[in-house]
Amino acid sequence: MLSVLVVLPLVAAAVLAAAPALPDRAARRGWVAVSGVEVALVAALWLGYEDPGPRRLAHEEQVPWIPGVGSSYHVGVDGLSLPLLALTCVVFAACAVHALREERRPRVQAALMLFLQATCLGVFAAQDLVLFFVFFDLSIVGMDFLIAGWGHGDAARSALKFFLYTFLGSLALLLGFIGLYAASEPRTFDMVALAQDPPLQDEPLVGGLVLAALLVGLAVKTPTFPFHTWLPPAHTDAPAVGSAVLAGVLLKMGTYGFVRIAMPMLPAAWRDWAWVVVAVGVVSVLHGALVALAQTDLKRMVAYTSVNHMGYVVLAVGAAGVVAGSDAEAREVAVTGAVVQMVSHGLITGALFLLAGTLHDRAGTYDLDAYGGLGTVAPRFAVLLSVGAFASLGLPGFSGFIAEFQVFAGSVATVPWTAVALLGILVTAALFLRALQRLLVGEVRGRSAGFRDLRPSEVWSVAPLLLLALVLGIVPRPLLDVVEPAAGAVVGLVGR
Amino acid sequence: MEPLALLPEALLLGGALAALLAGSFLPRERQWVARLVAAAALLASSVASAVALAGPARTVFEGTYAVDTATGAARLVVALATLLVLGLGVDELAGDRQESEAYCLLLLSALGAVVVAGADDLLVLAVGFLLASIPLYALVGLARTPAAAEAALKTYLLGALFGITMLLGVTVLYGATGTTSYALLGERLPGAPDAAVALGAVAVVGGLMFKAGGVPGHFWVPDAAQGAGVAAAAFATTVPKVGALVAVLRLVDVLAPVAGVRLLVGLLAAAGMVLGNLAALGQTDPRRLLGWSTVAQVGYLLVPVAVVGRSDLAVPSLLLYLAAYAVTNLAAFAVVAALPARRDLAAYRGLAGARPGLAAALLVALLGLLGTPPTAVFAGKLTTATAAWDGGEPWLAVVVVVTTLLSLGYHLRWFVPAYRAGEPPERADRGAFVPRPRAAAAAAVAAVASVALGVAAGLAWAVADGPLVR
Repeated sequence: MLSVLVVLPLVAAAVLAAAPALPDRAARRGWVAVSGVEVALVAALWLGYEDPGPRRLAHEEQVPWIPGVGSSYHVGVDGLSLPLLALTCVVFAACAVHALREERRPRVQAALMLFLQATCLGVFAAQDLVLFFVFFDLSIVGMDFLIAGWGHGDAARSALKFFLYTFLGSLALLLGFIGLYAASEPRTFDMVALAQDPPLQDEPLVGGLVLAALLVGLAVKTPTFPFHTWLPPAHTDAPAVGSAVLAGVLLKMGTYGFVRIAMPMLPAAWRDWAWVVVAVGVVSVLHGALVALAQTDLKRMVAYTSVNHMGYVVLAVGAAGVVAGSDAEAREVAVTGAVVQMVSHGLITGALFLLAGTLHDRAGTYDLDAYGGLGTVAPRFAVLLSVGAFASLGLPGFSGFIAEFQVFAGSVATVPWTAVALLGILVTAALFLRALQRLLVGEVRGRSAGFRDLRPSEVWSVAPLLLLALVLGIVPRPLLDVVEPAAGAVVGLVGR
Repeated sequence: MEPLALLPEALLLGGALAALLAGSFLPRERQWVARLVAAAALLASSVASAVALAGPARTVFEGTYAVDTATGAARLVVALATLLVLGLGVDELAGDRQESEAYCLLLLSALGAVVVAGADDLLVLAVGFLLASIPLYALVGLARTPAAAEAALKTYLLGALFGITMLLGVTVLYGATGTTSYALLGERLPGAPDAAVALGAVAVVGGLMFKAGGVPGHFWVPDAAQGAGVAAAAFATTVPKVGALVAVLRLVDVLAPVAGVRLLVGLLAAAGMVLGNLAALGQTDPRRLLGWSTVAQVGYLLVPVAVVGRSDLAVPSLLLYLAAYAVTNLAAFAVVAALPARRDLAAYRGLAGARPGLAAALLVALLGLLGTPPTAVFAGKLTTATAAWDGGEPWLAVVVVVTTLLSLGYHLRWFVPAYRAGEPPERADRGAFVPRPRAAAAAAVAAVASVALGVAAGLAWAVADGPLVR
């Protein structure tokens, strides 16, 4: 079942890629159909999910791959991966609906996006480090081609920068994986076995170096300050669906790596260096918010708020490693908040990037000053953008509030001075309100004249994402029930 | 029945002679018979090698030749790689004045590579070295252009120099231990004078670096890759390496007790990775770029050799990487062979729009050489770097990763223009790219095989996981 979830988009991508005679309309609809099936599959997985208990997996499958180096095709889900698998399917389905209006080589784009979806699902389902790396690296290749082939502006250069940076990150990650393997006894790449019996527990130097390699790799992907410089150009020049997937799903691979790999497999080193992670998280939060405040370009602004929002996640997982003089419950709340923030940010930012894509589609610019009074011209756009902005700044009633509340409740209880990051929320609120004011209210001027309101396909791609964020904000229990046991297990593992 | 143990080698020799004889009696436009003979010999040899792989590991002819997993893998990779070279070179060689001679030389040089791989005695190694090298000089010079002549001369001079160096090493080792057999060498090394043994080891390993096309014996590789005919270039950058690296593996396995041998191999590996990748960065001719890239690949291939005997992963990871490297490098050369007139990276601009299939083969080959999963070279790089760390040389794993990042530059410079056309690909002119059909087919086969081998790396590993016999 889980393998079907991962392989189906791959097969669909191969079929689309190998059928040059297929009409565009059929290709677009085929993509929507497959992504719909994927959503149904992941929903079935969720309904059939029972908490497997700490360090166990549900829907587990294992086939030997390279037994000589202790690597296997091993997939499975737990409370950390299931929400992200679901998020992936939802965001990609929204993109499929959004792309129903795509005119530029829709068949190839659909094939590429399906391929990308398979790699993302693979990363979140993988329970073997080599398998994780395979999907992780392929997602970079897929995204690179998406930015280069369907982007605008200086797309080729941005794609190259994206590729170089994230490939560098992936190589650092690979080095860390090899280090974990070489230190494990018996030698294995299996994540479950490595978390069960963490290597390098009493070798602070080597453990620290291996953790450093992992942290660099994950920090590039997340991205955190100072490794975030590839993100704004990549977003600015990427097509709308590319941006939505990049921010909504790909960035989560980095933060997911923290809770899935770095924390359980190198607990001693994580505790030693937790304060560095906390500091990086705080800097990312503040730097991302302040730089976003200075942007005049809507897409760059949302990109920098991603650095800010991912900073909360990093802050929380860092705080979870500060064991001295704190209680496990607070740290558990922090990790839960981190996972919920990943899901929440994926939904909301995905929606915001799809909306930003509409601006470029209609008027060819993201410049906030080029518009004004859009609220009267395009009411549907205005409503959805406002909802998205308020959700993103953490308004109670949306999932972001739940996530950020938990992050801060857990982190401040553990490391009091992290309260300084609360300023990030303030700045984010200010910048979103200012952006809404510039775009939506006042006289109709500039590019707003003749701006066409959202088409049904655009509404139906964005609205469900925001609706989900609202539902999770009001009824978070189903999600928390899945995440909390897994977060508790991670905190337990780090405490060893 | 010892002669039967060398059936794969005998088939290569028979094929070479039959191709030469057939060529002598055939009119110029009917030399395809010689091609058929050569291909049949290669196929038969690979089948015989596969059958022999299932048999027990042993030495034959008084312990001078090893028939074990490493030899079996080398036989198989050499035969199949030469078959691929035949496939990608047909368009170029068909109807050539010396078509059948080319086949004969290819098979003889392939035989030499196999003998070098299987040699369990310094003298057999020396003979294999000559058998692999002399046909290679002729192959490189076969194209009859000034560039080919220069490349052939360079190859010959370097080959002579390094061959003599190797013979000097053999002599010194014989003088110091009184034997040329690996098995006895291993026993007598502890009692032999250190300085003499170290000199001999350095000279023999260094001499083999010419055959491997690795630092410091690499100067002929970029010239041969650029100047020779495309089939000869593909062959020269692929097949000799297979033999040479297995030979270095056996030697290091024997000489490991000598102080500094492992470090020497590790340093040669690091030098190859750094120098090859840095030099490739500045190239604009795809063939010369590939030439430098193969110099770097020898560096990667030497990584597990440095830890042979210390990590159980060393031997299988080297053999897996060799197979992966051969098929991936040949895929890249096959694309070059399909578009022989394009001698500049910029000339590949818009290939993806015009010929999506060929562009995909190029993409797989280049991402493969880079080590992107799930291609075979990824499995090779992963397992060799893992073997290095496992064998107590984590710095080598770090060098592998860092230099891989370096190599990103030139791989991207090649396939990025191919995929980023200025105009929408619907309007890309198919007529602008007319590939040679059989080379394009060879590219497709090699690219598919490169991915398949990566996915089936576990199976390949199971085959390659066997002891070295002495």
